[in-house]
Amino acid sequence: MMAKVKVRIPAPLQKITQNKQEVIAEAKNIKELILDLEKQFPGMKDRLLDESGKIRRFINFYVNDEDIRFLKQDETQLVEGSEVSIIPAIAGGLK
Amino acid sequence: MALTNEQIDRYSRQIILPNVGGKGQDKILKSKVLVIGTGGLGAPCSFYLAAAGVGKIGLVDSDKVELNNLQRQIVHTTLDVGIPKVESGKKRLNALNPDTEVVTYNLRLDSGNILDVIKDYDIVVDGSDNFPTRYLVNDACVIAKKPLVHAGIFRYDGQIMTILPGKGPCYRCLFPEPPPAGAVPSCQEGGILGAVAGVLGVLQANEALKFILQSGELLSGRLLIFNASDASFRTVKVPKDKDCPVCSEHPTVTKLIDYQEFCSLKQNKDCSIK
Ligand SMILES: [Zn+2]
Repeated sequence: MMAKVKVRIPAPLQKITQNKQEVIAEAKNIKELILDLEKQFPGMKDRLLDESGKIRRFINFYVNDEDIRFLKQDETQLVEGSEVSIIPAIAGGLK
Repeated sequence: MALTNEQIDRYSRQIILPNVGGKGQDKILKSKVLVIGTGGLGAPCSFYLAAAGVGKIGLVDSDKVELNNLQRQIVHTTLDVGIPKVESGKKRLNALNPDTEVVTYNLRLDSGNILDVIKDYDIVVDGSDNFPTRYLVNDACVIAKKPLVHAGIFRYDGQIMTILPGKGPCYRCLFPEPPPAGAVPSCQEGGILGAVAGVLGVLQANEALKFILQSGELLSGRLLIFNASDASFRTVKVPKDKDCPVCSEHPTVTKLIDYQEFCSLKQNKDCSIK
């Protein structure tokens, strides 16, 4: 079943979402969520997935506070009210 | 070791805390903390550690103070522009607290020197500004079994996690591999609010002090995320990854890697044009 979920967008990706920190997506799992984000914000998919379509190794997805790598990866189910966070590795400040 | 009257006065506001006391203060005075980077994170972190009376602080940085650092790197002053950051840092920490011995390492960490630099310290704080150093520091701390307080900042976001090798997850359990050069936020569209660096640097000092005092709950197995725009703190779970490249039972990273060669080679091409 499709679920409407809140997605937290990290600073490095906010250019694509017109500076929105939080967006709404509709999807039944993470794989679909990425497609819905791409539809709403073209360019998003390339930032999140590598050439083979896998989630990049320096970007994590959390459903509520759980890392989907330890659930069912991109098949992890979403339910109405789930909160998704996209969290990339970030380094320091500037030199 | 008995505290002097001056020390009792200097540290009185923390000695009266339930989890500190004279014993805790003694632990702090005997502790040794290595702070990597004397920049946005390392400056506020080392400032608070020295204020608290940490016995020995190692400062690692190969850069010189620049005017544009002063917006956030609060151990340096206008007069320090041009001198090595570790010298400037040492001057300020010594002026703040003569109890603290400050050791300077005016160098860039690499696979050849890092194990030697970290070996004399109880805990390492990573406030470096690039992925090659962050992964090197994580791997070295896992291999040497040194506790590590990791933090990263970008624009209005900050992340912090404490790594207890052998007990909890490491940075590679969280993010198995560094981003390729060019894909990384740190070398694209940067920017940081000084206060955001301050929040994370002070949280790192707080973790180091809790570790020294053996009190409270360290950020082990969880990542704390700070968002400055909505003033929110959230934590997410960080499980130990049984396939972690460095801390699992079948590691693929068995010796230290100098990622910087790859990164600096690509840097001009991929980053500066953005
Ligand atoms: Zn690990």
